[in-house]
Amino acid sequence: MNVPKELRYTKEHEWVRVRGQEAEVGITDYAQGELGDVIFVELPAVGTRVSHMKPLGTIDAVKTVSDLFAPVSGEIVAVNTELKENPALVNQSPYERGWMVRIKMAALAETESLLSADGYEKVLGAIA
Amino acid sequence: MPELTLRDLSVQGHRGPRLAPLDIPAEGVERLLPRERVRTEGPALPEISEPQVVRHFVNLSVLNHHIDRAIYPLGSCTMKYNPKLNDEVAQLQGLAAAHPLQPEELSQGAMAVIWELHGWLRAIMGMPAITTHPAAGAQCELTAILMARAYHGERGNPREEVIVPDSAHGTNPSTVNQVGYRVVTVPSGADGCVDIAALRRAVSEKTAALMLTNPNTLGIFERDVGEIARIAHGVGALLYLDGANLNAMVGLASPGAMEFDFAHINLHKTFSTPHGGGGPGGGVLCVREALEPFLPAPVLERAGDLYRWNHDRPRSVGRVHSYYGNFGILVRALCYLKSLGASGLAEVSREAILNANYLKARLRDAYEPSHPGYCMHEFVLSASRQKSRGVRALDLGKRLLDFGMHAPTTYFPLIVEEALMIEPTETETKASLDAFADALLAIDRETVEDPALVRNAPTRTPVRRLDEARAARNPAVTWRDLEAG
Amino acid sequence: MSFVGRSDAERRAMLECIGAKSIEELWGAIPADLMVRGALPVDPPLAEYEIARRFAEWGERNADANRYACFLGAGIYDHFIPAALRSLTARSEFATAYTPYQPEVSQGTLQAIFEYQSMICELTGMEVANASLYDGATACVEAAHLAAGATGRRIVLVSGGVHPHFREVLRTYASAGSFRVQEIPAERGATSAAAARKLLTPEVAALLWSQPSFEGIVEDGAALTDAAQGAGALSVAAADPVALALLKPPGHEGADIVVGEGQSMGVPMGYGGPLVGFFATRKSQIRRLPGRLAGATVDLDARRGYVLTLQTREQHIRRERATSNICTNQGLMALANAIHLALLGAGGMREVATQCLEKAHYLARRVSALPGVTLPHGDAPFFREFVIRLPGAASDFVRAAQAKRILAGVPLARFDRSRPRDLLVAVTEKRTREEMDGYVETLAEWSRGRAGSPLEEAACRS
Repeated sequence: MNVPKELRYTKEHEWVRVRGQEAEVGITDYAQGELGDVIFVELPAVGTRVSHMKPLGTIDAVKTVSDLFAPVSGEIVAVNTELKENPALVNQSPYERGWMVRIKMAALAETESLLSADGYEKVLGAIA
Repeated sequence: MPELTLRDLSVQGHRGPRLAPLDIPAEGVERLLPRERVRTEGPALPEISEPQVVRHFVNLSVLNHHIDRAIYPLGSCTMKYNPKLNDEVAQLQGLAAAHPLQPEELSQGAMAVIWELHGWLRAIMGMPAITTHPAAGAQCELTAILMARAYHGERGNPREEVIVPDSAHGTNPSTVNQVGYRVVTVPSGADGCVDIAALRRAVSEKTAALMLTNPNTLGIFERDVGEIARIAHGVGALLYLDGANLNAMVGLASPGAMEFDFAHINLHKTFSTPHGGGGPGGGVLCVREALEPFLPAPVLERAGDLYRWNHDRPRSVGRVHSYYGNFGILVRALCYLKSLGASGLAEVSREAILNANYLKARLRDAYEPSHPGYCMHEFVLSASRQKSRGVRALDLGKRLLDFGMHAPTTYFPLIVEEALMIEPTETETKASLDAFADALLAIDRETVEDPALVRNAPTRTPVRRLDEARAARNPAVTWRDLEAG
Repeated sequence: MSFVGRSDAERRAMLECIGAKSIEELWGAIPADLMVRGALPVDPPLAEYEIARRFAEWGERNADANRYACFLGAGIYDHFIPAALRSLTARSEFATAYTPYQPEVSQGTLQAIFEYQSMICELTGMEVANASLYDGATACVEAAHLAAGATGRRIVLVSGGVHPHFREVLRTYASAGSFRVQEIPAERGATSAAAARKLLTPEVAALLWSQPSFEGIVEDGAALTDAAQGAGALSVAAADPVALALLKPPGHEGADIVVGEGQSMGVPMGYGGPLVGFFATRKSQIRRLPGRLAGATVDLDARRGYVLTLQTREQHIRRERATSNICTNQGLMALANAIHLALLGAGGMREVATQCLEKAHYLARRVSALPGVTLPHGDAPFFREFVIRLPGAASDFVRAAQAKRILAGVPLARFDRSRPRDLLVAVTEKRTREEMDGYVETLAEWSRGRAGSPLEEAACRS
């Protein structure tokens, strides 16, 4: 299971890449494997305000739907429009081309509540 | 070789059955309709002669699994044998060629059929009032929750929430949302039944109704149903029986005695009308006296020897069907009931329960039952043991297809890991159950000896596993989509 | 008779394998006070021939379209149904199969749905159709839900030209609060685009109209669609599929959703059920589509096959957030539609529609020439159905015609008490010249002496 060291995580299997005020968000390699082939990702419009651990979108696989939670509060500043045409990127490249949204964070301190790679691996260990 | 489509078979100039020539002087479309309202293009329907159409659909039909071929043990679907007489009487011209708006005095036979069916079903359910307008179970749910809204509304507050156990069918929460209520989910306890303590915490003056499937989707009888009714009624909420699993109770237990305010019946499950590849079904909603005024309009009444539709129902939730429901299905269900009679009805659930317990006993050593002990008409196994060998519930189901049998329901209920939900019904013989058990036991051995064989199944079916991700990512849903590539 | 094959020896062996002493032990979980005591209070079983006799008696107590000349319509029509259709839909392989959740052993059902969807799109001029809904009325409800979801608006503007029962069902569902129904009164049996425009406020999610209208009038679909879309609402047509073989389909005029009742394509009238609703829309709305949808794909050997697709829209996966609560649909009736369209084909469907049109106009012309009988909608274009105004109560004439084995039409007083003299008359391709001439003769006889009688007029109004 690929769990990049430089990223932060949630228990709901989102990853977060912090760049200054911005948090880039996607779902983990484990999450995409559990969902199976992703067929559609519904994301909010740029400018939408999102709150910590509230659903911000949905991810449809062939026979299951999963919520995408906001790991941090703030405003959506970018969405990955490539996923509209090519949702398989979530499966093929979960940490790079499969990113979903960028959030301009309202409170940087929220990132401290996120898990480290080690912490997330422990979560995965408990599931297995 | 895949089957050609009708579009592929079309040859310009071929014709199917013909009409009699027009026996009046023709005026011509152009004189009768304004030019701009007339279609200029198509429709591009196929042009095929009758024998080719018949061959096409016969060739398609033989690609299907169906109950007249072999066991169809889908949990909560009650795939029992559909007696042939049912279809025969439904074809009678006086029933099949009657118009719904012909005068009531010329519709007394059809109305008598519905009246008599109502009598049988009220007796079976032990409930006083009934409608057969809903087309299917989900529409019964919707009708009932609308009635609950009207009932509470008359008391000054329509309330806000409906409680649904976590093991419920998806139609329950979906219906609740459509009627504008909030879904409150209560968990199942370790014994598979509704967690009574959690239910007590969930109910309040905001609760409009509680929807219960009994036996539940784990095949377990909710033995605390009396207490559940007291809890619901204690806060003024109404109790709904989702009758998907009624085949476990016919002639054996009485929903009326369980204090349900509403109870639905799926005629296409319990009362053996054919599923038709997805429908039509037949929905029946039975209710308590206090809810009778809210039933959908019109309501069938009898005055002396005459039946009539009463449309003057000021407290009714209104009409839910274009006419009077799926009448042809009501005919079939009544025919089935008359074949069974009182003695046959008493056998349905007893034999269905015996069959389910026998299968469970034959499989319990190889597959992990979700819960120990006896089951009602169905049971759930977990393929967790097989999963550790790299084979999932999905694969087991697919491998069964190679044995000429249908797969059980998989991955439902959601609360059991790798669920296989099995309902054999009463019309399977011991030999048929043995063949099914033998197949599942052989497949369990294959998960040890040759798991790849199971993962690659099926191989003996008309097509192999299909690329569902491709179908969903680039939907091709018409001939034109196929041609566009 | 319970269709159970079981000997006592088998039952004993099964109980032994289970480890139960008696069969009663198996349902020990059911509290004693909830058990049925003794036999249910219903009749004893009957033999097949006894049951068949009973149903035959019931059948004889009804009128039916084989023993009566049927001029009834109002949404349900007596069209020709080929024998091959009955034979094919009766096959166990189609009739006794479940929903095609295991596609490898359901290709017959799945391909038939796919072909049905394709032909519904051809008729309506749309891009995607689902695998069927309960009936035309609930198809309108699903269209209202889609429109409210797609526009974020709440009002569904419904033309008085839409079937009164469809409007009733819409109001029933609207009581749940997810949309609100507002009606535009029909003018001379049709929808006034000018009246619609006045009511098309920014809160309107959809304009629902009917092609043809309930009273048979061919609507100006282009004008209605333009009016709806000009106000940011969706244009939703409830269309008759036979009419669409001849009329410009709403899809070609830009409509967003086309729904309707499919009974007229190979489904018996059956005292009003089972029916079959169709639902067609644009690809852009595919994720909001209610109900099942078949799609083409390939198997592991790259052979073409079909599956139920985009299932995450549906209740068994999305639960409370599903696009609709529908599960069981009207699959076998959709199959009948597909077989019917395949058998009749482009030419046959056009001929059915043309004969309906010609015969309806023949009868309308003949009856309106009778003294005292008029066509209240004047020269408005109509398809297979029209309203006649009689010199007396329409229900009276219906009763008089019954004696001649004619089902003369549906009195509109049934839906609107202020119209006691109006009768809705439908003529399909199956009606012969002889039957129509008999109708005219019967009406002439009945209305003789009634025409212009002030007494009769007064009696009607009261």
